Amino acid sequence: YNTENRRFPELLANLPEPQASGLPEYIKIVEVGPRDGLQNEKVIVPTDIKIELINQLSKTGLPAIEVTSFVSSKWVPQMADHKEVMRGIERHPGVQYPVLTPNLQGFHSAIAAGATEVSVFGAASESFSKMNINCSIEESIERFEEVTKSARNMNIPVRGYVSCALGCPYEGNIVPDKVAEVSKRLYSMGCYEISLGDTIGVGTPGSMKKMLEAVMKEIPLSALAVHCHDTYGQALANILTAVQMGVAVVDSSVAGLGGCPYAKGATGNVATEDVIYMLNGLGINTGVNLCAVMEAGNFICTALNKKTNSKVAQASFSTATIN
Amino acid sequence: MAARRLLPRWAGSLRPVSSGAAASGAYPKRVKVVEVGPRDGLQNEKNLVPTPVKINLINMLSETGLQVIEATSFVSPKWVPQMADHTEVLQGIKKSPGISYPVLTPNLRGFQAAVAAGAKEVSIFGAASELFTQKNINCSIEESLERFEEVMRAAKEASIPVRGYVSCVLGCPYEGKISAAKVAEVSKKMYSMGCYEISLGDTIGVGTPGSMREMLAVVMKEVPVGALAVHCHDTYGQALANILVALQMGVSVVDASVAGLGGCPYAQGASGNVATEDLVYMLNGLGIHTGVDLQKLMDTGTFICNALNRKTNSKVSQACCRL
Repeated sequence: YNTENRRFPELLANLPEPQASGLPEYIKIVEVGPRDGLQNEKVIVPTDIKIELINQLSKTGLPAIEVTSFVSSKWVPQMADHKEVMRGIERHPGVQYPVLTPNLQGFHSAIAAGATEVSVFGAASESFSKMNINCSIEESIERFEEVTKSARNMNIPVRGYVSCALGCPYEGNIVPDKVAEVSKRLYSMGCYEISLGDTIGVGTPGSMKKMLEAVMKEIPLSALAVHCHDTYGQALANILTAVQMGVAVVDSSVAGLGGCPYAKGATGNVATEDVIYMLNGLGINTGVNLCAVMEAGNFICTALNKKTNSKVAQASFSTATIN
Repeated sequence: MAARRLLPRWAGSLRPVSSGAAASGAYPKRVKVVEVGPRDGLQNEKNLVPTPVKINLINMLSETGLQVIEATSFVSPKWVPQMADHTEVLQGIKKSPGISYPVLTPNLRGFQAAVAAGAKEVSIFGAASELFTQKNINCSIEESLERFEEVMRAAKEASIPVRGYVSCVLGCPYEGKISAAKVAEVSKKMYSMGCYEISLGDTIGVGTPGSMREMLAVVMKEVPVGALAVHCHDTYGQALANILVALQMGVSVVDASVAGLGGCPYAQGASGNVATEDLVYMLNGLGIHTGVDLQKLMDTGTFICNALNRKTNSKVSQACCRL
């Protein structure tokens, strides 16, 4: 792309005082592109490309980068190289590199490969749990308890995800109290943070607010994160709603990597660039360099031979038609 | 030919959700959606659209429940060839009772041509940026307001309501940052001269919820919120978040374009108008009444995208594609 034609629109944005509007002063961005993003890409990405992506992301100021998933390569071929990736990346001080561990076996494998933080994935829907990991919510909780017990013994922090927080591809509507219940189970067993995922992106500011109100009765605000998918274009509005309610951790994926496995051709993860652009405009500190993220996004899109899903990147890399 | 897109049963926001959010007073109970696809949308499409296609588009939109559909622009075909058929379009459409079909009129000549062709409502386009006004209509803001005074006088005599637009309210492609005070000044002048509504346009989509809030707070000191509308572009993916903030501040009129028609003339390849489908999906999820049938709207979007041989910019539509 032509650097001269790149515009830096964040310079145009006013920077109001976040405290005056009741918003968090700082928001932690959890970058899920290398795992959640790539996992939902059709093309199998070579190991060295994955490593280079993560290395570039490590230089952007992102405080947490989800690296890979220690799941059976039969289920998720994209993540078959989890050990090589884990061992191959440059580990920057001050940056967390969590990995997914669906069970005790995956956990041990992750630790052996050098992981220092892990994540477990629950769901607020029985049907989704059965279809996704072949067991009930209760059975999945039991598996996770094994992981958190071992993790506690080794001083390894565990992050908990709750999928289908705003809707399920099989069950449809999900009751907020169910999300609160599953979140509470994960938090009580020792997860330091619960990331609430709008897995199919059907949520709106209305359903986000209701769900968070229910969950916030059980989990302290500081332990909550939102993981919004942009399948229906609602992600930034949903994230804004969460941030207005005090949520200070947001998951996103560089270049909006990762389509939606439940709606062919539709988008999935919200783009990190677009989230940062919005947070910058709200005067909220993230510590992340937007231009550096756009560069990493440009790298991976070139490598994948695909267009970015980030609107900020699309607008910034376009050939400007004005002088 | 694209297959018909149907909202999956899990999407949930086909109709307004009975939500506490609207009832609690945080959001307006009703929002008027102003459909600008046939004018703002098509005007920024590369291919010249045949007159019968334009007419059919507007007729289909008239069946969706939309109350306001901007039909065309009475501007010289030298400047805007896409709108050269303005008289045929205005006279050819089936005008449903209860629906308003405003047309753009940049000056007295355009106004007279519009009224002769049967227009019952017109719009005039100002800007909060001197440079933008110079580049766009070859005069200063002050001179443009003088032209509008002529239109207002004639409109008053003919009892024709006039809607005022202010462009570049959150940033200008030439000047960069735009002061909220300037936006308020231009808006006040247009409101004082008799415009019943002022539509505030984020012309290049650089605005964020932060800058939107700041700008509206200043404008609302000069123009009553009941007379304000927002016209957000989604070039940086911020449109729905910006609209959400506007709604929180009491704005209850929102402009949008079916299928997100209309790219951005200032960033080649980037998107422009926010998609009406995505807006209605969000408003439904907030329990806000619009009167718009989302499925019929999506069908209309499918029609025009097929006719234009292009993909939709609406994420809701993309998510519902069965192909």
